[in-house]
Amino acid sequence: MSNQTPVIELKNVKKSFGPVEVLKDVNFTVRAGEVTALVGDNGAGKSTLIKGLAGIQSYDSGTVLFDAKPVELTSPRQSSELGIDVVYQDLALCDNLDIVHNMFLGREEVNAGVLDEGHMESKAASTLTSLSVKTVKSVRQKVAKLSGGQRQTVAIARAVLWNNKVVILDEPTAALGVAQTEQVLQLVRKLADAGKAVIIISHNLQDVFAVADRIFVLYLGKMIASLKTSETNQADVVGYITGTKSQEDGA
Amino acid sequence: MSEQNAIQTGNEGSFLEVGRDYFKRIKSGETGSLPALLGLVILATIFALANPIFLKPINFANLLTQAATVTTLAMGLTFVLLLGEIDLSAGVTAGLSAAFLAVSMASYGVPWPFAVVISLILGMFVGFMIGLLVAKVGIPSFVVTLAVFLAFQGLQLVVVGKGGLIGIEAPPILAIMNRPMPLSFGWILLLIILVIYVLTSLISRRQRSNSGQQNKPLSLVLFKAVIILVVGGALVSFLNLERGANPAVTSLKGVPYVVPIVILLLAGGTFVLNRTKFGRHVYAVGGNAEAARRAGIRVSRVRITVFMISSTFAGIAGILLASRQASVDAAAGRSIVLSAIAAAVVGGVSLFGGRGKLTDAVIGGFVIAVIDNGLGLIGLASGLNLAITGGVLLLAATADAITSRKSKTS
Repeated sequence: MSNQTPVIELKNVKKSFGPVEVLKDVNFTVRAGEVTALVGDNGAGKSTLIKGLAGIQSYDSGTVLFDAKPVELTSPRQSSELGIDVVYQDLALCDNLDIVHNMFLGREEVNAGVLDEGHMESKAASTLTSLSVKTVKSVRQKVAKLSGGQRQTVAIARAVLWNNKVVILDEPTAALGVAQTEQVLQLVRKLADAGKAVIIISHNLQDVFAVADRIFVLYLGKMIASLKTSETNQADVVGYITGTKSQEDGA
Repeated sequence: MSEQNAIQTGNEGSFLEVGRDYFKRIKSGETGSLPALLGLVILATIFALANPIFLKPINFANLLTQAATVTTLAMGLTFVLLLGEIDLSAGVTAGLSAAFLAVSMASYGVPWPFAVVISLILGMFVGFMIGLLVAKVGIPSFVVTLAVFLAFQGLQLVVVGKGGLIGIEAPPILAIMNRPMPLSFGWILLLIILVIYVLTSLISRRQRSNSGQQNKPLSLVLFKAVIILVVGGALVSFLNLERGANPAVTSLKGVPYVVPIVILLLAGGTFVLNRTKFGRHVYAVGGNAEAARRAGIRVSRVRITVFMISSTFAGIAGILLASRQASVDAAAGRSIVLSAIAAAVVGGVSLFGGRGKLTDAVIGGFVIAVIDNGLGLIGLASGLNLAITGGVLLLAATADAITSRKSKTS
């Protein structure tokens, strides 16, 4: 599977805020069916890289190839039309709405101008079922009443529901307990197994090693390592993150 | 597709279980307008005991028309409050619309239907400007609408002119608040409401079962229909009693014309909020504007539209105001905006956005009107009236703040 053309390929991407160069000639590839981890210390440029893909903040220069075709990502709408969805750390869910409403937010289904609640409800329920989600009792619960893990589950399920090609998870396990982390990681693996390209940003190397196929390391705006999880270990990755180690041939 | 659904939809369960769920929700703090409804009953009991006139048909009809203006304004404001914004200018927008209505008919001889359209368009335009300044320029709605509140008082003074008072003569406008409908119309109105309720319920049940989803028990629809029939029937028969001071000269009985107007606004607005994409987006923007933006909702467009709706409702309230007083003066509408905000909040609409319904605004509107009406009957000084309304508002806002905090931390 890993031999096919990458879904996303970034070439020599640059971004600066005033005099500060946040991304310096970054190369990054993401393949379908794989979990790609993006790691790096605070301020390394992870968020900036992701914001570019999400269309929130476009890159200054460089090429973005999506399915081998060059694209410009200048608005969140554009990214989501291509099938790139970001599940943010702060989750971007509306607490006052229920699970179905949140999963269909911005893409509600209507029938003769009227919301088709029944249809949306059954689609939401079957998506959650297909992800073997067992922790959510009713799809008509208000999101405010859910636990952190359940909220994360809803956010990920939304990305699945829309049949996205690329799902970007920003610190999906940061606020979760042990059991909930385990559930979310299983969900992440399931996404990749279903043929989606998954990008996961995490500070938790244990999680990264548990779930990722490839690891990219950003250090001060440079992509200093691109590794296969099976061919590396935690000590090496920590070395790259802290800058005590570097990979000659780059990414 | 749903045979093996382990995930529930909240629609399973019998009639009794639905009832139990309801009480569970209330216990967990999702009280909606229930406290206001209880307060309404308690207030009405107190006032009825204090002064028997309170329960007379004439006073009840009076109460309805008193409540109508505040309620209409409060319904419009509910849209704005749902976004977590505020519109302090709704009252003066109502006043200005009323002034335009009066001036265009009295000074320019515009026929009343056109005059009504003019004042509604004026309202809508005011809302558009406010929405633009809030959504596109990014000025807090409190400041924009405060500025409009001040500026329009001046404008209203100019429009009304030196005389200070313009009379309304068009009989249809005067009839809205002051004339009852023929007796049969009340019953026909009730029948229409009942049929529409049952039909829309059945249609949405069919839609759900078509996509393989379970419905709430049918007995629930029946139960609600019976409640509508009993309560509505009681109200119509009560309003159909003779209430004229001197029936031999002028008979006064029947449901006031304003009632179907308010019901229509309530039903239309509720449909938009609950059943359309736009309504869903209003709740989403009010709940988490950033999440709504990331989900691809055009947040500024929602904001502008909501302010337009609020100001249009204000325009309608202005017409009701003009009809009730049979005239428009330079200060018309100035004071009612605070009552209307109080009405919405007392009814259970959250000041923090994202929570509330139009029925809450209507119930709250009645609470405010009952306080006003009842205290007047008891003969308390009007200063006390304002103080009590303020206290009730503070109480409701406290409950709102506590509920919002509870749902955030849980």
